[in-house]
Amino acid sequence: MKPTFVGRSVRRLEDLPLVTGKGAFAADVAFPQQLHMRVVRSAYAHAKLLSIDIAGARAAPGVHAVWTAADVKKIPPIDFRLTRVPGLEPYRQQVLASDRVRYVGEPIAVVFAGDAYLAEDAAELVSVEAEELPIRLRAEEEPGEFAPGHSSEAAVIRKGYGDVEAAFRDAHAIVTLDLKVGRHSGVPMETRGAIARYDAARDVLELYGAAKVPHWNRDQIARMLGRAPASVQLYEGHVGGGFGVRGELYPEDVLVCAAALEFRRPVKWIEDRREHLIAANHSRQQQHRIRAAVDAQGNILAIDDEFFHDQGAYLRTHAVTVPDLAAAMLPGPYRVPAYRAVGRVRLTNKTPGGTYRAPGRFESTFARERLMDAIAAETGLDAIAVRRRNLIAKVEMPYRRVLGTLGTEVVLDSGDYAGLLDKTLAKIGWTALQAALRQRRAAGERVGAGLAMFVEKSGLGPSDTVRISVDPTGAVEVVTGVASVGQGVETAIAQICADALGVDYARVRVVHGQTDRIEQGSGAFASRVTVMTGEATRIAATALREKAIRAAAELLQAAASSLDISDGEIFRADGKAGPSIELGEVARVLAASRSHSDASPALAAEGTFRTDHMTYPYGVHIAVVRVDGDTGGVKVERYFVAYDIGKAVNPMLIEGQLAGGAVQGLGGALFEEFVYDERGEPLAVTFADYLIPTAHEVPPIEVMITEDAPSPLNFLGLKGAGEGGANAVGAAIAAAIDDAHAAAIAEDLAASGLSGCLIILLVIARESGRPSNPQRIAIVT
Amino acid sequence: MPNATFHSVATSVAGWSRRMFLTASATSLAVPLFARTSRAEAMDPQTARAKDPRDPANLALTVNGRKHQLALDARTTLLDALRERLGLTGAKKGCDHGQCGACTVLIDGRRVLSCLTLALVAEGRAVTTIEGLAKPDGTLHPMQQAFIDQDAFQCGYCTPGQILSAVSCVEEGHAANDAEIREYMSGNLCRCAAYPNIVAAIKQTKHSMREG
Repeated sequence: MKPTFVGRSVRRLEDLPLVTGKGAFAADVAFPQQLHMRVVRSAYAHAKLLSIDIAGARAAPGVHAVWTAADVKKIPPIDFRLTRVPGLEPYRQQVLASDRVRYVGEPIAVVFAGDAYLAEDAAELVSVEAEELPIRLRAEEEPGEFAPGHSSEAAVIRKGYGDVEAAFRDAHAIVTLDLKVGRHSGVPMETRGAIARYDAARDVLELYGAAKVPHWNRDQIARMLGRAPASVQLYEGHVGGGFGVRGELYPEDVLVCAAALEFRRPVKWIEDRREHLIAANHSRQQQHRIRAAVDAQGNILAIDDEFFHDQGAYLRTHAVTVPDLAAAMLPGPYRVPAYRAVGRVRLTNKTPGGTYRAPGRFESTFARERLMDAIAAETGLDAIAVRRRNLIAKVEMPYRRVLGTLGTEVVLDSGDYAGLLDKTLAKIGWTALQAALRQRRAAGERVGAGLAMFVEKSGLGPSDTVRISVDPTGAVEVVTGVASVGQGVETAIAQICADALGVDYARVRVVHGQTDRIEQGSGAFASRVTVMTGEATRIAATALREKAIRAAAELLQAAASSLDISDGEIFRADGKAGPSIELGEVARVLAASRSHSDASPALAAEGTFRTDHMTYPYGVHIAVVRVDGDTGGVKVERYFVAYDIGKAVNPMLIEGQLAGGAVQGLGGALFEEFVYDERGEPLAVTFADYLIPTAHEVPPIEVMITEDAPSPLNFLGLKGAGEGGANAVGAAIAAAIDDAHAAAIAEDLAASGLSGCLIILLVIARESGRPSNPQRIAIVT
Repeated sequence: MPNATFHSVATSVAGWSRRMFLTASATSLAVPLFARTSRAEAMDPQTARAKDPRDPANLALTVNGRKHQLALDARTTLLDALRERLGLTGAKKGCDHGQCGACTVLIDGRRVLSCLTLALVAEGRAVTTIEGLAKPDGTLHPMQQAFIDQDAFQCGYCTPGQILSAVSCVEEGHAANDAEIREYMSGNLCRCAAYPNIVAAIKQTKHSMREG
């Protein structure tokens, strides 16, 4: 039996350097003669810059130079990577603010010094004279002016189909909610960092500390600095967490590159934690005014959603990706005969926004699943029954949504949503759980369970290319254009290569994030790597296998069809005795061969996978919570994630992704929020204010992975795992808190005669130690 | 609109700056620290001058069993001394405020936040970093092995701090059960949220550390 690696929880190839302190993260990179850059940031949320006095900083010990916008005026603003719509250009961010600052933390000047602390000391001497301007902190308020002639409503996303008005006219009932999602973000443990070095001997500008999308960033840096792309190379080392935030092109990346070119010395910038919390992309903050038209049986007739997306001060590389995804993915796993989404992308005086794990879906799943619970309440049906009734059936797959996003049409490729719901309820013992909770509630405890369903997306194209080679020692190298943000890319790709080629996965070295190793690469985002690079790897490894067998057939004087490869050895698999040959030996012979017919003498092959459509994994989350009657504190007792992955390459890695994502979701739902005061001063600027979950708060995350709906869009049936853990946490936690309060609310309702939904808000507001909680979790009619 | 002149936000709202704190504490710490040194050293004019924190102070640091002689700005944290002067970059700077635990190292077997510890404080004591945890022949410490076995990390950035903190957690006797481990490991943040697997790794190691 040939060993297989796909489907097994083999140990990660990445681990050894990381447990021994040998990892090479951005701050670990150092070059002789390097300068350190420190950014002088705006202290005002909105102000007109009158003058910047750099004389004091320039004269400070160790300072090499101080730059303001005047020194970088040739550098254009940072452009959009995704979801560009016409008219957005005026909202892009300059690398240094020239006439106005629009958020606390916006770069105004940079100081370069021979020592990081001297740079920091000197930066404090930069004096800025500014005139404060009125600020805007709420996206739901009427838009104003961003800049002369440009509204603070940068774009309106409109998506939909069907006759929404008619559906609402004929509806048995209309359910309306006003929902808010707080402002949070990825906040990786490693802050951002960038180290640029100009190699005059080769005329190459090098940037270290790259992540996520090195090739796109390379092309942009080249364009912005007026260089040929081939003369700019990006190198990814270890990356201390990405989550959507890290690796996008930011002002600081461009500034270190420009400075390295100008000063002909390496320039290093390492972000501190406060900077990270006010300068790296924020995400999530939206307000949804959503309504559903339903019939008497609880069938959805139409959904109509208007939402306000709080983009912060500028449109960064993602342009309108997050609100676009929110609008396109909102219908989730349900049949929605008519649909209309209007997403208002509004600029505010806060840190600019971008993507964060399950961007647009955490938000729209929250809105949709809260709506499903409200429909259940309105129709008097069970929340599960309402969902089940509206789920798209397995036989309807593939299901065309008639909506598009990220340049693709949303076609749900495969899924058995009801099947997963059944499995989930059976696995957690839903009926018994409900009975136990009822009993505890009767005894006075405020406990409840909440369930939320969702559809994810993964495997964004358009293409990925992989090159695989075998050297004379038999070592296999897979060169990809993707990136690793710490999610186990090397292991998963090695497993796929190992099976297709016939080698041990531990012999496979996976190269990623190096722009000088492969011409093109789409990077690591949108849960795309395992699907896109995985399939390209399989294609390349299959081609390589054929090439090796062809060569070996000649050497062994055997028919190619009689040969197989296992553990790096090519042998006769037809039962007949005969010699065998190692892959490394074939590589050696090919390299020395003068007469072989193949054009390339290397034992190497390339594979490209192209696709027009994304794959759509899906899942169910269940939260069980206990709410403290005195403090309103929420304790998560159980958290359950069920997820259909199509085909699991490494279940251990998937479990890690799902559990980790769920914990980040819990952080967003219960602990984390970028709070601003009325002057636009950010109040969450340390880990004492921005509370990411610790071991203490995190319950065991129960994970169930199923493979019931392999994707028909790639050979192995792969779908991505990166974001399904986070997607539905806000929704499930809010539902569980509602459930926990159900008994208390019924009493209050009888006493007061107020609407149930308002009561929920009041009860939670009264009981919550955190005043921002009700906005995030309550249903407000 | 009023005109406002302001300095950069490196000086934060309350006028508080970490640099100012370090300067102040280094200066005040200098007295008791140097009181510990021998009479001859205390009389050394160079040492006496070290009360100005910018003047290099000589100190001997023993890290992973190796003694290093350094001349450092007295305000230098142990973390910076390890990373910038000794090239031991395993300890990470995740927040520089003692709030994330990524910089955790051991001093005389006790876990400390090296970003809040002045290098001077570690003089004459045994510092252990992640680089010194495995045996010289490369055999991993049982806790390092357990982190691999239990998939107790993803990106690996917080991992050196987690592992050293975990070793200490066991040696302190704070690993009796899951709840206790969670509480005594709550100073080490992991954004990949491998917490349940970190707990599992500590449970796995608890026994082998005792046996070993």
